[in-house]
Amino acid sequence: MAAKTFDEMLSGANGVRKPYEGVKRWLDATSPERLDATRAEVDLFYRRHGITFGAYGAAEGHETTIPFDIIPRVIAWDEWEYLHKGLVQRVRALNAFLADAYGEREICRAGVIPEQQVLMNAEFVAMAQGLELPGGVHAHIAGIDLVRVGEKDFYVLEDNVRTPSGVSYVLENREVMMRLAPELFSAMRVMPVADYTEELLQTLRSVSFSDDVEPNVVLLTPGHYNSAYFEHAFLADEMGIELVEGSDLFVDEGRVYMRTPRGPQRVDVIYRRLDDAFLDPLAMRPDSYLGVAGLLGAVRAGRVNIVNALGNGVADDKSTYTYVPEMVRFYLGETPILQNVPTWRGDRPDDLKYMLEHLPEIVVKEVHGSGGKGMLVGPTSSKKEVTEFAELVKARPDNYIAQPTLALSTCPTFVAKGVAPRHVDLRPFVLSGRKITIVPGGLTRVALKEGSLVVNSSQGGGTKDTWVLAPDA
Amino acid sequence: MLSSTAQNLYWMGRYLQRAKTTARLIEATQRMALQSSGKEAEGVVAIFGMEEEFRQSQTQEGQTQRQGRKLSDLVDFLAFDETNPSSIVSSIGAARRNAREERNNITVDVWESLNGLWLELQAKLRGKRTNLDRGALIESVKKQAVMIFGAAQVTLLRDEAYNFFQLGAFLERGDNTARILDIKYHRLLPDGRPHSESLDYFAWSEVLACIGAVRTYRRIYRSALDPMKVAELMMLRRDVPRSVHHCLWMVDLSMRELADVYGTRGEADRLAGELHARLRYVRIDQVFDIGLAKYLGGVRDDIATLSNEIGRQFLLD
Repeated sequence: MAAKTFDEMLSGANGVRKPYEGVKRWLDATSPERLDATRAEVDLFYRRHGITFGAYGAAEGHETTIPFDIIPRVIAWDEWEYLHKGLVQRVRALNAFLADAYGEREICRAGVIPEQQVLMNAEFVAMAQGLELPGGVHAHIAGIDLVRVGEKDFYVLEDNVRTPSGVSYVLENREVMMRLAPELFSAMRVMPVADYTEELLQTLRSVSFSDDVEPNVVLLTPGHYNSAYFEHAFLADEMGIELVEGSDLFVDEGRVYMRTPRGPQRVDVIYRRLDDAFLDPLAMRPDSYLGVAGLLGAVRAGRVNIVNALGNGVADDKSTYTYVPEMVRFYLGETPILQNVPTWRGDRPDDLKYMLEHLPEIVVKEVHGSGGKGMLVGPTSSKKEVTEFAELVKARPDNYIAQPTLALSTCPTFVAKGVAPRHVDLRPFVLSGRKITIVPGGLTRVALKEGSLVVNSSQGGGTKDTWVLAPDA
Repeated sequence: MLSSTAQNLYWMGRYLQRAKTTARLIEATQRMALQSSGKEAEGVVAIFGMEEEFRQSQTQEGQTQRQGRKLSDLVDFLAFDETNPSSIVSSIGAARRNAREERNNITVDVWESLNGLWLELQAKLRGKRTNLDRGALIESVKKQAVMIFGAAQVTLLRDEAYNFFQLGAFLERGDNTARILDIKYHRLLPDGRPHSESLDYFAWSEVLACIGAVRTYRRIYRSALDPMKVAELMMLRRDVPRSVHHCLWMVDLSMRELADVYGTRGEADRLAGELHARLRYVRIDQVFDIGLAKYLGGVRDDIATLSNEIGRQFLLD
């Protein structure tokens, strides 16, 4: 791994990398005061729009906006082409694995992945066994987190195939950038992203069990207290579909209906932004008020499809992650294009020994953790934190994995003291229906604290607009 | 469209209208208080049926307060008290909650104007109350509420959701005007006789100001203020957009649109048509023969019944 941090603007042969030449000129020509004024404008825009992020349980009026950085993150066309190929390959393999994991489990019988990795997984949902889904697709919407450490070195940090969020920021950030920096925008040829919701709707429609030309698609949200509620409302609005809560739906004779003043209307596809456990109080958590009683029965009967499919957690937890390159080889017979970060597994004695000996240098994560919680970033942690975390790992080694501390690439970012490099990652959104589509770019998250490697919005991360440059004509 | 959408839009209309009425009432009351020495505070509280709550909020803060502070206390109670469910800030908060749940069913213009008002209230009320310019904030609420309704008029798709929004707004507005007239009339003319000897000009113009119709009165009647004409204007004039008749006409229209869409009619449709017809064909002298208080009481009761019937017929009860 590269020891020196790769800066996406400045680590070029003569000071500036080619894709960033336009941005550099713009930065040099724009005064800090102007940038500051622009930033204030952005915040106002986001608040008035209500593009907010509310933590669970926070009182009304405590919605906050995710900081948006006005300096775009730029990706050259050839870089994107490479990522695109790699992402398509990886998601095809993940989908093949999910169909297999809830089917014959040939990959286990072939000895590539131990069966207990699937069956003993806390995210394995027995009710999903034997499901035959339209197109064989389980992960319709995948958010693949990528990091860059060098000119040619990209790694997959994690796969998100349950209910990945953040795409509304991709679209809104673009709207904001076009409004705030039209001169810069027009000087660079940026691939558009606005067709995402159209592609999403096509994807959702294409996986209906019914052969209705216009299947009824709805978006199921846990409600307006959910931190991603803005995104749910935004996507439903953009697609022109109903935004429903569990109480809007009911199951009758194996079919799902929504309540309307006209009477019940049949639902064919549910884009659910609700975790598996809450979907159906009859099948999963009985105390869930968010779900729909009998929903999973309707799914099993092939009367309604839910997106993403049930039980996808077996494919994206941090211990299954280590097997994804094997999945690519096994199901597709191809060499993996995108690399995994080398990972030590707590359930392997040798790996565990190494982890415990090197805690101050590495990053340790909970197998089922998310949102930047339940993890230890060795180099930035105190001795006490390291010692405490070691006890957690020793108590349940199989609950942890570890990775080397990656020197994530940096991008110029506008912070309190001016423009400075900050670490970034990238989450492209991969849509799989009858075909696979990826809108160019994705969500760039940026760690706003100097030196910080944690980009999660719940941990003080911000976002940037991601510009994939059009190929030279 | 979902039943829950119908419900949210209906209540969004009601809460927005309630906030707007309250803002106007407060302004009228303040003007009135500056020009006379009456007990306007209690009268306004009575319009909302909140006498008991207001008294409690007063005693909680101790008995040391002088009478002179009563008006500003009243404004705070009606406008900025979050524990008062009918206050402006509570109503705007509720309307915004309804709107937020229906982000995908209203236009960006409606959402942004409502969210903008809510943000302004939040920002102002979080600061020191002593520095708060109450008059300016209430003025701002009034203006922005008009803009929100304007945004709804020029941008919303004329579909079922729009009709539920209209239904809520006009039902609330008709009810508000009926309440204002009922209470004010009772305070000014307790015996219900319109031809009282000592006519309080300021008091009667304030009644009109509560629905912003002082100039309208002049345009229509071109005569001195007459309590019976004031009652006619507020109750029966179809061309006055805040009159009870006008509002119930609009309610009836929205009900008919919905009946056409759904192809069914129920008790709510019958009641809306009956109420509309009653206000359309009655004469003001007949109203006074029956007794204004009795007549208005009947209308108010039927509006309440209609609201319940709408809930039963369309919404998630």
